[in-house]
Amino acid sequence: MTLDLSLLPDGGVGWLDASGEHADVVLSTRIRLARNVEGYAFTPRARDGERLRVLAQVRDAAPHVTSLKGNVLLRVDELASSERQLLHERHLVSKELAGLETGQGVRTGAALLLANGVSVMVNEEDHLRLQALRSGLAVTDAYRAVERLDMELGGRVPYAFHSEFGFLTACPTNTGTGMRASVLIHLPGLVLTKEISKVLAGLQQMGLTYRGLYGEGSEVVGNFFQISNQTTLGRSEEELLDHLARVVQKVIEREEEARRVLLRDAGYIIEDKLWRAYGTLRYARSLSLDEAMNYLSGVRLAVGLKLIRGLSVYTLNKLLIFCQSAHLAYAEGRALSEAEASQARARYVREALANEAGARE
Amino acid sequence: MLCENCKENDAVVNLTTIKDNVVTQQHLCEKCAAEKGVETSIAPKNPLGDFLQAMQQKALPGGDDAPACHFCGATTRDFRSTGRLGCARCYTAFERQLRELLRRLHGNSRHAGRRYEPPAIELVERAGTVAQLRERLRRAIDNEQFELAAELRDRLRAVES
Repeated sequence: MTLDLSLLPDGGVGWLDASGEHADVVLSTRIRLARNVEGYAFTPRARDGERLRVLAQVRDAAPHVTSLKGNVLLRVDELASSERQLLHERHLVSKELAGLETGQGVRTGAALLLANGVSVMVNEEDHLRLQALRSGLAVTDAYRAVERLDMELGGRVPYAFHSEFGFLTACPTNTGTGMRASVLIHLPGLVLTKEISKVLAGLQQMGLTYRGLYGEGSEVVGNFFQISNQTTLGRSEEELLDHLARVVQKVIEREEEARRVLLRDAGYIIEDKLWRAYGTLRYARSLSLDEAMNYLSGVRLAVGLKLIRGLSVYTLNKLLIFCQSAHLAYAEGRALSEAEASQARARYVREALANEAGARE
Repeated sequence: MLCENCKENDAVVNLTTIKDNVVTQQHLCEKCAAEKGVETSIAPKNPLGDFLQAMQQKALPGGDDAPACHFCGATTRDFRSTGRLGCARCYTAFERQLRELLRRLHGNSRHAGRRYEPPAIELVERAGTVAQLRERLRRAIDNEQFELAAELRDRLRAVES
C-alpha cells in the first residue's frame, strides 16, 4: 500500500489554515476521547484477531456515522515506516499508533479513519481514540465535533463503561471522561523573559499539564507547548474544558504582556534577533530541523509583533510541518541522508518565503 | 514579580478569590500562599509509578502471578509492571486498589462526566456477539478456567441456535 496524501480529506492539515481565534499564538486545539470496545481485551493485551475484529466493527459502523462521511481508512499496519513517519509528522497519528516508539513495531490492526475535522485512531493504547482538531483556540467547537462523533459511533459500537469509573481505558490516567483536550501554543515571549517556568509550574497547580510539539514524551521545540488537562475523572467534560479555556486565555494574556515588555525594554535587540532569524531562513543553504524550528519561532514572533509584515501565519504553519524529514523525503520522492535533508529543508524554506508577497518592514 | 504579602520572595501563586461577587487577585510566594491555606506543593511527577511501587511493597496474598482477572488473565504483576489494565473486567478485578489509585491520580474516583448507554442489542451485529463469546471461550480454555468455559459454551449455543 502506498500512501497518497492528496487523497486525504483536506490533506489532513485543514487545521493549519490559521483561521481560528488567536491563530498567531495558538496553532491548534485538539480534543481526543479514549474509548474501548466492550468484549475484547484492551489493545496492548489483545491478540491480533481481537484487534482485527475491533477494526472490522468500526469499519462496519462507519457508513452509518454522519461525522465520518467521506472518510478515508488507512491501514497503518500496512504502511512502510517512512509513510507512518509522514502521518506522525502531520499530527494525524500518535507515535504509538505509528509504531515509532523504540523497541515496539506497528501493531496488527492499527488504522486511521480520517474525515473532515475528525478522525479515529484504531488500536492505539485504547481501541479507539476519537479526535477533533481545529485551528487556533476553539475548545467548544472541537468538543462539539468530537462529542457528536462519539455519540454516533457509541450508538453502533458498544463501549466499555462503568457506572462509578466512567469510560474504561487501558491507562488509569485516562479513566472517566477519557478526554484529553490540548491547546498547542507558541510562547516565545514568556521564554525570552524567563517567565515560562513560573507559568508552567502554575499550570501544574491548576490541574493542567504541558508537553512538547508532539504530545506525550516529546520535547519542547520552537517554543511550542501543548497545554492539556491532567485529570479526566471527577469533573464533567464541560468543567474540564471551561477550566482549560480560561487558563489558556490567561496564558495568552501573559504572553502578550511579555511581548510588550520585550519590545519596550529591549526593542532593538529583539528586532535585530528576529530579522536575523528571518535572514537565516531566507538565505541559508543547509538547515537542521532544530535550527529551522527555532528560527521559524523567531519569525512567527516577529509577525505577531508586526515587525515583519506580508508573511502569513498559514505559511509559517505549513513550514512547521513540511520542513520535517519524512515530508522532505516525500516531496523529493526518495530517502534522504541527514545532510541531504538539511539542504532540501533550506531550499524548501527559502522558496516558501520567496513565494510570499515579500516580507517587508 | 515579588510576593505581595512578604515582598521578599518571588510570587509563584496567583490566588484569585471571589467574595460578594468581587474578584481579587493576589500574587504570593509559596510560603505566604501556604499560610493562607493554599496547597502549593506540585503534585508528584509520576503518581502512577509511585503508586505501583508502593503496591509492590505490599504484595497481595495468593501470589502476584495468579490471574487476577478472569476475562483477560492479567495478573497483579502485569498491572504493576506496565501500569496498564488488560481489559474492562480488570477494573472489577483490581477494584479496591484502583479506587485508591484513581483518587491519587485525579483527586476523585467517581465519574462526573457524560453517561453512556450501550446501543440496543439489535444494533450491535449479532455476529459480533458470537465472535466475542468465541474469543472469551478460547481465552477461558487457555487460562484453564473450565467452569467459565462451560458457561460460555452454553451461552454460545443459545445465541447460535
